[in-house]
Amino acid sequence: MELIYSRTKTIQEDKVSGFCPGCMHSTVIKLIGEVIEELDVVDKSVLITGIGCCGLHMDYIAYDTITAPHGRACAVATGMKKASPDSLIFTYQGDGDFASIGLAESVSAANRGGNFTVIFINNGIYGMTGGQMAPTTLLGMKASTAPKGRIAEEHGYPMHMSEILDKLTAPAYIERTSCNNPQNVMKTKKAITKAFKNQLEGKGFSMVEIVTSCPTNWGLDPMKSLEFIEEKMLPEYPLGVIRDTIG
Amino acid sequence: MARVLMKGCEAIAEAAVRAGCRFFAGYPITPQNEIPEYFARRLPEVGGNFVQGESEVASINMVYGAAAAGARAMTSSSSPGIALKSEGISYCAAARIPIVYCNVARGGPGVGAIQPAQQDYFEATKAAGNGGFRMLVYAPSTVQEAVDMTYRAFDDADRDRNPVLILADGVIGTMMEPVELPEMKSEEEVKAIQDSKKDWACIGHKLDYANRAWIQPGQWDTVKMQQWNEDAYEMYKTWKPEVEIYQVEDAEVVMTAYGISARICKSVVDILRAEGKKVGLIRPITVSPFPYDAYDAINYDICKTVLDVEMSIPPQFIADVDRGIHHRAEIETCLCSGGNIMSRDAVIEAVNKLLAK
Repeated sequence: MELIYSRTKTIQEDKVSGFCPGCMHSTVIKLIGEVIEELDVVDKSVLITGIGCCGLHMDYIAYDTITAPHGRACAVATGMKKASPDSLIFTYQGDGDFASIGLAESVSAANRGGNFTVIFINNGIYGMTGGQMAPTTLLGMKASTAPKGRIAEEHGYPMHMSEILDKLTAPAYIERTSCNNPQNVMKTKKAITKAFKNQLEGKGFSMVEIVTSCPTNWGLDPMKSLEFIEEKMLPEYPLGVIRDTIG
Repeated sequence: MARVLMKGCEAIAEAAVRAGCRFFAGYPITPQNEIPEYFARRLPEVGGNFVQGESEVASINMVYGAAAAGARAMTSSSSPGIALKSEGISYCAAARIPIVYCNVARGGPGVGAIQPAQQDYFEATKAAGNGGFRMLVYAPSTVQEAVDMTYRAFDDADRDRNPVLILADGVIGTMMEPVELPEMKSEEEVKAIQDSKKDWACIGHKLDYANRAWIQPGQWDTVKMQQWNEDAYEMYKTWKPEVEIYQVEDAEVVMTAYGISARICKSVVDILRAEGKKVGLIRPITVSPFPYDAYDAINYDICKTVLDVEMSIPPQFIADVDRGIHHRAEIETCLCSGGNIMSRDAVIEAVNKLLAK
């Protein structure tokens, strides 16, 4: 029988996902691994994880990895890429990490046009710590630190990191994708591929923002979470190429 | 080797370059701006990289990243900026990433004063970040010492895979002195050092789970976390404190001080000895580990009081001195801290008062 699909070798053989049911981290980690394998760059790949559920990424993979302090992944990537310019260096950060505590590091690294890649996981909430409000939490969406839901007058509005970074001159490529259906999963993989290729070709800063779910902290089952993405998240965070100076 | 006249900050930076430092990230703060400025000019000449970080926090994390990829890397700042770096320093210690950093200390707390002080002693020696790690901490009292300590600090850091701190101050950083610079490591030597870290550095490895580079500033497994702390503790115990014991044997009054204060005290020893007065000095060269045993050199039958001289109010260094003396003598203090350098006359007056007792 012809083998038409197998698990990527970049994920350890004996590992079973420990992510919550319906969580999309495992999907994205698989996609990243597949892209690394297809581009044949496993021997130069380095993952810089943020803090939170994103940090669990390192447990599953078979390539190099380092944990950055909360929010500092883009700074760590900046130093690492200078010291090892031939490595494929990418950060993997959640919304609290990338858009809240790491805002200065994220925006400054993008503004320098550092030749590395950001995979930004936006599920509108803090996962590991138990559902606190994130900069990306939707208006009206309940969080453990916003029990009445996010209120614009008090908490401000959801932050659109891709659009914010698009205001800068240096970034090469920014795309927002999701993993809420098979088509979008395929588009996400394509975006990651493009972002990694940009880096390998020295094109500069690339980011893929991936709109994902957190069924556990959203208080929704996995299927309802997919509906929530479609009905609530994507109108706020529309998908597509935000910026592409490469073509 | 020929002596050159150099400002402390620039001499520290040049020493680092000669030791093979090829990455520096820093953020402006007085009185250490000449360090990043020097690196910005110098590193491109040797194929290295300088980045002006968006903050001290970012800068130390850039250094964490560069060092994790195997480069000899450094950052510097002054007191409030060093506090901001504490997160990254702790991560470097936890991840066993060798880095060197320099605190050109100024007054404090808070934004404090931009002039020299020794207000960061506890932070430097006891708690440079969260989590109870330890570091080698060198306390230069001359620009030459700052140069020599910076040069060897990179070897120490690589040997232990641990951060090393040069605890300077605004005097050392901003004054000019003649120095002999250490030998410039060749490009081959610098490359060999970086290559020697290939096994653990995050640069990419062949597909093989067991041999991937896994740099983790912490452990999720409680047994592993305790083991990590026990291993680190054993490593810390291998360090040998360094100290200068100056004219202590017959001294009736012994001063003790570190860094720039110690240099002033040493001149006081010479002045008072010329007057026939029996005074001496104990000067820790490393303040972590601290040379507690050095205080055994004092003859407590004739020396009833030790004078702690430091540019910190309240005194901090005194806590380690106290442990070294261990109730064998009284400790008096001669303190200043507001940005002014310790006055030699004030030290002489304090010593004379004790001699007259």
